[in-house]
Amino acid sequence: MTAEPLSDDLRTLYQEIILDHGKHPRNFRVVQHHTCKAQGNNPMCGDRVTVTAKVDGGAIADIAFEGKGCAISIASASMMTEALKGQPPETARKLADAVKDICTGKAASPEMEPHLEKLAALSGVRQFPVRVKCATLPWQALLSCLDNGPSATTEK
Amino acid sequence: MNAPVRAAGTKPKAFDVAQVRADFPILARQVHGKPLVYLDSAASAQKPQAVIDAISRTYGHEYANVHRGAYYLSEMATRAYEDAREKVRLFINAVSPSEVVFTKGATEAINLVAHSFGRAFIKAGDEIVLSAVEHHSNIVPWQLLRDATGCVLTVAPMEPDGSFNLEAFAAIIGPKTKLVAITHVSNVLGTILPVREIAALAHAAGAKVLLDGCQGIVHQPVDVQDLGCDFYVFSGHKLYGPTGIGVLWAKAALLDAMPPYQGGGDMIESVSFAKTTWAPAPAKFEAGTPPIVGAIGLGAAIDYLNSIDRAAANAHEEDLLRHAMTALAQVPGVKLIGTARHKAAVQSFVMEGAHPHDLATVLDRSGVCVRAGHHCAQPLMDLLGVSATTRASFAFYNTHAEVDALVAALRRAQEVLL
Repeated sequence: MTAEPLSDDLRTLYQEIILDHGKHPRNFRVVQHHTCKAQGNNPMCGDRVTVTAKVDGGAIADIAFEGKGCAISIASASMMTEALKGQPPETARKLADAVKDICTGKAASPEMEPHLEKLAALSGVRQFPVRVKCATLPWQALLSCLDNGPSATTEK
Repeated sequence: MNAPVRAAGTKPKAFDVAQVRADFPILARQVHGKPLVYLDSAASAQKPQAVIDAISRTYGHEYANVHRGAYYLSEMATRAYEDAREKVRLFINAVSPSEVVFTKGATEAINLVAHSFGRAFIKAGDEIVLSAVEHHSNIVPWQLLRDATGCVLTVAPMEPDGSFNLEAFAAIIGPKTKLVAITHVSNVLGTILPVREIAALAHAAGAKVLLDGCQGIVHQPVDVQDLGCDFYVFSGHKLYGPTGIGVLWAKAALLDAMPPYQGGGDMIESVSFAKTTWAPAPAKFEAGTPPIVGAIGLGAAIDYLNSIDRAAANAHEEDLLRHAMTALAQVPGVKLIGTARHKAAVQSFVMEGAHPHDLATVLDRSGVCVRAGHHCAQPLMDLLGVSATTRASFAFYNTHAEVDALVAALRRAQEVLL
């Protein structure tokens, strides 16, 4: 192999943190006694993510996911569960908007920007339009889950 | 409509890939600063200049609606459209051009058969046999028919290597089987199904046979009379022609017996508010203004294929497949999906630790275009126990160097992803 340098956008997309969460997803399970559950489907690629959460006393007491998908969708789901534990559902919804914004090349709202933390790594997909849905799929499932809906699709 | 016919003296004995590549202008372009390595022809093939020129010439000089105008241009367009039908007839050795129905694609052709033949001749309790490797376009129309009629769908199994199990198929068909709808070549596994034997068994049980020829017609000569099927469908864009055109071939007696699929202009004999009578096939199934230029472009693609040494082209594709199978199998962590003995130049694979979509993204940055996903064959993915595969598919314009570029890009992807 010639040691040709990696293009910057590939390096930005597949950052260490994304690969780490993609290979070793956190909270990859079903929440016991969950209060809501929803599945996200990407009909284009067949990827599926199921989010379960327990909302208790105005906060997300526990949240987890299971599913099959690419490094981007699994990392996004994994980091999502880490970011949302203990947060009120309203913050979760706002964070979902912020993630969508940074994945489509927009700036997150000033209010949410500080809350993104490691989720900011997902912004690498903005250079890869066909991969944006991979990053946003778990968040769509989350929104369905919080709405007590059964499923979400990236085609909505 | 002159195809670029090569002088007999200049035709090379071995397949001249460089000469053929020069006929496909897009192959000269770069992607992300890298030479284009197009390995997704099973999704849609690139177009030779002759097809692009035929489309441009038609719109630029010879275009009008067909079957209507009593003027020179309409006559010319009508002749070109009907010439394209004759070219298709010769290409698949149909008995008559009236057996060749133009559709907007293979999907529409299958929906036409499901809607027209299916609703007229298939009843509650009748069985339709599909195979485990079918594309969604040869599954969903039959599910719609099942929901409308109460017929039963059964699925012929597949062996782990992707080959077709003829004995299991023979055990599935019986007196209730009215139709076998099956692919000629698997778009995921590349398996060439034993369609002659399938047709013989189906006919012995009194069933009709529909072959999905989208991949089959691309990699080998097709003679519908020799295959012994009743319906053969394919799309133009996978056969180096334009999008928006497909073909339904069916035996004349079947087309005569089938009711119309859609109503509209061009498919009637006479219309009154009390009673309308249909035109004979193929017009009966071509309601409305047809894909005129699509058909003419498909005709040009067939002219082009007739101008090259197709036997040598097919042999070259087989060489590419063998090279790819050997080289891919040597990449650590790569598992080939679909290794049947009789295969067309389509190779799916999975790589340990790397999802097909991530692979395809990294490969793209090396200029390598492959398909990643379920290939519109989710039931097959479930059977294989994967959610997706990466698929490289080869056309005669691909080179051994491109196979090597794929393998090099895969090793590079491992550096990025693993």
